[in-house]
Amino acid sequence: MGGLAHVLEGEGIATTHISLIREHTERMKPPRALAVKFELGRPFGAPNQSDFQRRVLHECLGILEYEEGPVIQDFPDLPPGNESDELQGWACPVNFAAPMEDISDADLVYQSLSQEVNLLRPWYDEAVKNFNRSAFGISGKTTDEIVRFIADLLVAPEKQKPPIIGETLGIGFKRMADDLRYFYTEAAIARPDQKTSDLEVANWLWGETTLGKVLVAIRDYSMESDDPSLKTMAVTAMVPSHQRYRTKHG
Amino acid sequence: MVHVHEMPEHLAKALINQELPTYDTTPWVEAITLEDSKIAIISTAGLHRSEDAPFVPGAGDYRVIPDDEDMANLMMSHLSTNFDRTGFFQDVNTAFPIDRLHELNEMGVIGSVASRHYSFMGATPPHMMEPVAKDLAELLKQDGVTAVILVPV
Repeated sequence: MGGLAHVLEGEGIATTHISLIREHTERMKPPRALAVKFELGRPFGAPNQSDFQRRVLHECLGILEYEEGPVIQDFPDLPPGNESDELQGWACPVNFAAPMEDISDADLVYQSLSQEVNLLRPWYDEAVKNFNRSAFGISGKTTDEIVRFIADLLVAPEKQKPPIIGETLGIGFKRMADDLRYFYTEAAIARPDQKTSDLEVANWLWGETTLGKVLVAIRDYSMESDDPSLKTMAVTAMVPSHQRYRTKHG
Repeated sequence: MVHVHEMPEHLAKALINQELPTYDTTPWVEAITLEDSKIAIISTAGLHRSEDAPFVPGAGDYRVIPDDEDMANLMMSHLSTNFDRTGFFQDVNTAFPIDRLHELNEMGVIGSVASRHYSFMGATPPHMMEPVAKDLAELLKQDGVTAVILVPV
């Protein structure tokens, strides 16, 4: 982000930016930045807080009127509803059975994942209605196609071909796995009366669902795989850093 | 996810200390007056319209987000698993403040909103990003944009 600011400003376009990691901004010295103390992924603080979002935006744009720089200005406030005690007690609206113990049979894994998807679907539909949109759809596959592929990849990885035309096995898997994670996540946060964060949803998804267990097992395999596309994805892009303690390679 | 300083120490350290390009000087365009400005948003959240190709690793390319696009059609194909998406899922403006920018325009705080906004996927090597960013600067000028707000995730 700081690099982009240097190039655009050098070409005559004034730039200002939101800084989520102040230390990076201090090192890269872009012309103007507003340093905020928000979660990564939430540069304007919180969803559905239009007054707060507008205040952040206005303050960041206001730096464009300064005569001298570089400037790093600190935004003093946390987003409303961000107090950690408000997050206590979140529970996914769907109760699942414990993740399946034995995940060596592709058909049984497919059945278990399908059951999770079916149980979550009414809440996913509710999320689409509430949020007026969905992030599901990057892979272009249906949930059933994704579940079938993931079950097969888990049990017989060496037999799988790239599931998306023109993409590697690793990218194809990544897009399908992300779609399914988005589906689970949107369903889990469907109830607008429940405040939650990525971390709590992730603790549930990776710790309490069959999908989480299956994705961890695929990551374990991929870290030692001869397929470079799988291995590349496995290192940083399959399991969030805060959930990697569940994996074999950390 | 949490703020970087609330992460476990080893994760926060790794993130903060990651390798970054450094610059000897900082370019500086003369101050602008907000009420005369035309503003575009540039995001590095890996955003694109559903009909556009998702982002792939290491590419320095971008996607165009027309200002009159139905923002319910925005997807996020950023590869990183390490930032919050629940805010974006509930409200696009959490990561891409398009409605807030239009409100500031209606309030007379800024002069106008660009006809096109742009999104990259972050973590692009600088040598790949630079020529693309120079070309982007020309596109912004053609649109009459005087300033951009750069928004990471």
